[in-house]
Amino acid sequence: MLLIQCPFCGPRDQVEFSYGGDAGVPRPADPAALSDDKWNAWLNERDNPAGEHDELWQHSMGCRRWIGVRRNTLSHEVVSSWALQPAKTA
Amino acid sequence: MKYSIFSLARNAVSFHRDWPLAWRSPAPKSHYDVVIIGGGGHGLATAYYLAKEHGITNVAVLEKHRIGGGNTGCDTTIVRSNYYLTANARFYEHSLRLWEGLSQDLDFNVMFRPRGVLNLAHTHADLENQARRGNAMRLNGIDALALNRPEVASMVPDLDMSPTARHPILGGLLQPRGGTARHDAVVWGYARGADSRGVDIIHDCEVTGIRRDGNRVLGVETTQGFIGAGKVGIAAASHSSVVAGMAGLRLPIESHGLQAMVSEPVKPMLDAVVTSDAVFCCVSQSDKGELVIDGNVDGYNSYAQRGNLPVLERVVGAAVALFPSFSRLRLLRLRGGVMDMSMDGSPIIAKTALDNFYVNCGWCYGGFKATPGSGWCFAHTIAQDRPHELNAAFTLDRYTLGRAIDERGAGPTPWLH
Repeated sequence: MLLIQCPFCGPRDQVEFSYGGDAGVPRPADPAALSDDKWNAWLNERDNPAGEHDELWQHSMGCRRWIGVRRNTLSHEVVSSWALQPAKTA
Repeated sequence: MKYSIFSLARNAVSFHRDWPLAWRSPAPKSHYDVVIIGGGGHGLATAYYLAKEHGITNVAVLEKHRIGGGNTGCDTTIVRSNYYLTANARFYEHSLRLWEGLSQDLDFNVMFRPRGVLNLAHTHADLENQARRGNAMRLNGIDALALNRPEVASMVPDLDMSPTARHPILGGLLQPRGGTARHDAVVWGYARGADSRGVDIIHDCEVTGIRRDGNRVLGVETTQGFIGAGKVGIAAASHSSVVAGMAGLRLPIESHGLQAMVSEPVKPMLDAVVTSDAVFCCVSQSDKGELVIDGNVDGYNSYAQRGNLPVLERVVGAAVALFPSFSRLRLLRLRGGVMDMSMDGSPIIAKTALDNFYVNCGWCYGGFKATPGSGWCFAHTIAQDRPHELNAAFTLDRYTLGRAIDERGAGPTPWLH
């Protein structure tokens, strides 16, 4: 069972959260300008590390805010969590 | 040595002390025509079909632990081909046909038992969806039977069919030729078959790097030294991304944990594989009498090989709701496997952007039934340097081209497939 630190509500049980996937792939600023390969790289390709992984979670049964969580995929240790700033683009 | 009633009788005379080992454990040579990374079912099957179908016997299978000790050793052993999309249906049907003759082909009893795979329908929408999928299967030459409520009740008497059932059952879709097999026997059979044709199976040999020269792969760095290779194929399941990363490739794969559990053994009570897509639960009874249960993935990236309690509780709750008589059983074992979840829920058996580097991954939680077909198609792809018609759709560039094979329609969210 994961204990996730919500930056707004404090430490909460994993069942209060929904998973939102890899946080290491910022959404492109101008998707229409991308080549198919670059769009595919953003949409589908992942680093998928065995180790620390930045990911998105939503506190769906709590404050309903999206947060960032750094978590170890080998040990399941939650390393840190943070409030998301207004959408970052690259 | 051929296994037969005569070899059994001959060895009985010597009290079974003189059976030869089923495969050798050689030290790696300095160079092979083909190196397969990953000694699970798929890697060993690939080596077997490379030798048998394509005459390529200078092959090594590298495994970092013992062969068959990963996902092949802890899956729920279900074999079926009840897919809707044509690419999947044709591929898995080819695999099922290989299963049907596999014990004879390998001279090793893989205990394939076609006892039927039954998907339950809980709503009218389920029934309509099953009619659609069943018709698509029959158009692809696959057996499918739509069962009504009394037929389901007589086939699986322990299901809760009462008016107050938590999950009412309106009918089901049955594939009579589906069933189960013995997972270890599949590994041992392929290992023995490949070894007897000259393939080197090298265990306790972890790949730590892949040596490249421009667009060519020269070989692999391992814990037993550098091994040169004409061609390299990876069948590394959960660690596909890690191994492909050594060659500088990123894959459309995420690794997610999936739990499977086994109850204490009981007398025969369930002579079919029963699944429910609506409550994500799949149950069968092993030949030893244990009830084998699994559900959906844990829901976040994981390489941990252990599961979490909320999903365990949900899966067991669903199993008990479907089969109230399970409530007094105790669970004996719980295994967490790590699935290579692809972005569309369908596998990848393909050439990569590198000249002589091939990948076999993205099996989600359907890898066991695919073992013969996967090895057969991967061997063809490596030997001929182009895919077979059966795996031509399972490319890496289908994601770029917008030709995803998304059976569930969930999009690039691997934890939902």
